[in-house]
Amino acid sequence: MSATTEYYVPAQSRLPILASIALFLMAFGAGGMLNESSYGGITLLVGALAMIAVVYTWFGKVIEESHQGLYSAQMDRSFRWGMSWFIFSEVMFFAAFFGTLFYVRTFAVPWLGGEGDKGVSNMLWEGFTAQWPLMETPGDKFSGPEGIISPWALPLVNTVLLVTSSFTLTFAHKALVHGGTRENVIKWMWVTVALGVVFLFCQGYEYYEAYTHYGLTLQSGIYGATFFMLTGFHGAHVTLGTIMMIIITLRLMKGHFTADNHFGFEATAWYWHFVDVVWIGLFIFVYVF
Amino acid sequence: MSTADITAEHHDDHHDHGPAKGLSRWFFTTNHKDIGSMYLWFSLAMFLVGGSMALVIRAELFQPGLQLVEPGFFNQMTTMHGLIMVFGAVMPAFVGLANWMVPMMIGAPDMALPRMNNWSFWILPFAFGMLLLTLFMDGGAPNFGWTFYAPLSTTYAPDSVTFFIFAVHMMGVSSIMGAINIVATILNMRAPGMTLMKMPLFVWTWLITAYLLIAVMPVLAGVVTMMLMDIHFGTSFFDAAGGGDPVLFQHVFWFFGHPEVYIMILPAFGIVSAIIPTFARKQLFGYASMVYATASIAFLSFIVWAHHMFTVGMPLAGELFFMFATMLIAVPTGVKVFNWIATMWRGSMTFETPMLFALAFVILFTIGGLSGLMLAIAPADFQYHDTYFVVAHFHYVLVPGAIFSIMAAVYYWLPKWTGHQLNEGAGKFHFWMSFIGVNITFFPMHFIGLAGMPRRIPDYALQFADFNAIASVGAFIFGLSQLIFVWNVIQNIRSGKKAEAKCWEGAEGLEWSVPSPAPYHTFTTPPQIEGAK
Ligand SMILES: [Cu+2]
Repeated sequence: MSATTEYYVPAQSRLPILASIALFLMAFGAGGMLNESSYGGITLLVGALAMIAVVYTWFGKVIEESHQGLYSAQMDRSFRWGMSWFIFSEVMFFAAFFGTLFYVRTFAVPWLGGEGDKGVSNMLWEGFTAQWPLMETPGDKFSGPEGIISPWALPLVNTVLLVTSSFTLTFAHKALVHGGTRENVIKWMWVTVALGVVFLFCQGYEYYEAYTHYGLTLQSGIYGATFFMLTGFHGAHVTLGTIMMIIITLRLMKGHFTADNHFGFEATAWYWHFVDVVWIGLFIFVYVF
Repeated sequence: MSTADITAEHHDDHHDHGPAKGLSRWFFTTNHKDIGSMYLWFSLAMFLVGGSMALVIRAELFQPGLQLVEPGFFNQMTTMHGLIMVFGAVMPAFVGLANWMVPMMIGAPDMALPRMNNWSFWILPFAFGMLLLTLFMDGGAPNFGWTFYAPLSTTYAPDSVTFFIFAVHMMGVSSIMGAINIVATILNMRAPGMTLMKMPLFVWTWLITAYLLIAVMPVLAGVVTMMLMDIHFGTSFFDAAGGGDPVLFQHVFWFFGHPEVYIMILPAFGIVSAIIPTFARKQLFGYASMVYATASIAFLSFIVWAHHMFTVGMPLAGELFFMFATMLIAVPTGVKVFNWIATMWRGSMTFETPMLFALAFVILFTIGGLSGLMLAIAPADFQYHDTYFVVAHFHYVLVPGAIFSIMAAVYYWLPKWTGHQLNEGAGKFHFWMSFIGVNITFFPMHFIGLAGMPRRIPDYALQFADFNAIASVGAFIFGLSQLIFVWNVIQNIRSGKKAEAKCWEGAEGLEWSVPSPAPYHTFTTPPQIEGAK
C-alpha cells in the first residue's frame, strides 16, 4: 500500500463524457439496427469501439495512478465497496430471471394447464396439459422443443470445469498473498483462464446441439426463453470474467500486484466466484430440476 | 471549526483549487458540487419538460370531448410525462442533493469515486435525449403508460419502444453507478468520529435509498430486456401462447416499482428531518426510531409489490398477503409523521420558506399516505383500481411529497450553495401559489376517481366535467408558479445579501461549519466531530 493518507480526488477527466457518448452511440445504434435502419449497425460498431478505447484508457489511468502511489488505503476500500455493490446489482439482475423461471414453473404453466387457483386459464387453450420442461406450447404461435439438454452430459462437465476453476483461482490468490513465486501465481491463472475458455467452448457446442438437434431455440416457448436467457447471460458473464482474468494475468506478467496491493486481482476473483455460484443455481434449477 | 481554519487547511498540491474556466468545467469535472449542480439543473429542465406535458394533458381534459390533441398523442403525453418526472426530475434531483450535501454532511473531501460520479450524470442527458427523440419517430413515442404493461408495450407497441428500452437501460446504468458511489461514500468516507448513528438523517435515508436502487434497478433492466427479447427475438416471456404470462410482466415490473416509490420518498424524509428541527429550534425527536423506521420501510418495500395488481386475478392467499403486508407500512410511516410533529411540539417555530414547504410536505404527504392505505384494502381497490383516485393518491405523495421536499431542500441549502440570502418574499409567494395550485389540481381527482372516472383517457363522461375543469385550472396555477421558483433561484445565484456560514439560526451539522458559498473543495482534511448529529 502506498504511503499516501490523503484521499485522492482526481483532476478533470475527459473519460466520463466520452464514455457517455460511446454508450449513447451503442444504444442508439442497437435500437436502429433492431428497427432495420441503415445507420444502426455502423453506429453500434463505432460506439462499441469507442467504449473499448475509453475503458482501456480509463483502467490504464487508474493503474498508472495506483503505481504513482496516489491511492491511500481508504481509496482501496472505496474500490472494494464499489465492486461488492456492483456484484450485488448483478445478483439482482439474475434474480429477475430466476424469479421469472420460478413464477412460470409454479404458477403460469400449471394455471394454463387447468391446475391450481387460477386453473380457469385453461379455457384459453382447452386440452393443454401442464408439464415441465414445456415440450408442447399452449398456442400454435410457438412450437415446443423436440428434446432438451440432459444435465448429466455437457452441463455436468461444465459444472466440474467451473468449480475447479474457482479452486485454481484461489490457489493463484493464495500464492500471491502468502509469498508463492510469481510463476506459480501466473501458472494457476492461466489454468483458470483455460478452464473458462473450455467452459465457453462446451456452452457454445451445447447451444449448437440445442438449435440443430433438439429444436430448442429462443422461439420454442417459455422453456427455451428462460433456458437461453439464463444460460446466455451467464455465458456473457463468463466471457467477461475470462477477459478480465486474461488482463489480470498479463498484468501479473508485467510485474503488477503485490502481496498487499492487488485490488484488481481480487475484484476479478470475486467476480469469477460470483459467476461460478450463478452457474450452480443454473445447474440445479435449469438443468437438473 | 471556524471558517478560517478550513480555508487555511486547504493547501494540497495535486489538484486545482478553483473550478476550471468555461464549459470544460462542466464536461470534465470530478467535483461533487459541480456534479450536484448539474444534476439539479438537469432535473429542473426535465421538471419543466414533463410539466409542460402535464399541462397538455390538463388542457385536453379541461372539458369533455376531444379538443386539442389526438387520443394517440394524448397517450404519448401521459406516458412521457410519467417517465420524465420519475426518472428525469425526481430521481436526479435527489441524486444532485446527495452529491452536494452528503460529502459535506459527513466531512468527506468529495464522493468516493469522483470520475464515475461524472459519468453517472452525463449518461442522463443522452438517455433522455434519446427518449425525447422518440416523439419524432414514425409511429410516435411510447404510448403504453409509464408502467409499460405487456402486451401493450410488446405486441402492440410502436417501433420506438426499442429506443425506450435502451433509454431505460442507460438510466439504469446511471442510477446504479450513482447509488454505488453514494453507498461507498457514506460507508467509507465519514470523518473520524462520525459514527453511523451520528449521521444526519438525510445521509441515512440516502444510504438506504442507494441500497434500494442497487437492488431494484437491475430488475428493471431485466424486465425491459425480456420485453426486447419478446419484441425482436421471438421469446414468449409475456405471451401465454408460448407458456409465458402477461401478468409475469407486472410482477417483475412492480418488484422494481414499489421499492422505486420509496426511492422517490426516503430522501424526502431525510430532508424534512433536517429542516423541521432547524425551524423548530429543537433536536429531532426520536432519531434512532427514524433510522429504524426507514430501514423497516425499505425492507417492507420488497414484499408488497402485488398491491398494484389486486385486479389481475391473483390467488386469494396472494391478495391477503399483499394487503396485510402493505398495511404494515403504515406503522413505520406513522412513526415518522409522529416524530416530525413531536419535534415541533413546544418548539420555537418560525416559518421561513423551507419550513413552509416541509410543513406542507408533512400534511399533504400524509393525505397521500392515507389514500394509499385505502388503496391497500384489496376489496376496495377493486373499485378504485385504474381510476383517478389512484392518480390523486400518487400525485399527492409525489408532488406535495417528493417535489415539495426537493423545493424545501433547495430553499434550505441555496444560501450555502450561492452564498446569498434567500428572497423570502418570492419564496413565500412561490410556496403559497404552489400549495394552492397543487390542492386545486389533485384534491378533486379523489372524487372523480371514486365516482368512476378511469385514468389515461383523453375524453370522459359529462358528469366529471366540473371537477376536471377545476383540476385543470389548478394545474396551470401550479405549473406557472414554478416560474417564480426558476426566477428566484436565478436571482439568488446572481445577487442577494451575503449569507453567513450558518445562515439558519437553528441549523446543526457540518455543512453549516463551512463558509457560504461553500468553497470548491471542502474537508480535504477531515474535520473533528464532537457530539454533532
Ligand atoms: Cu406499491
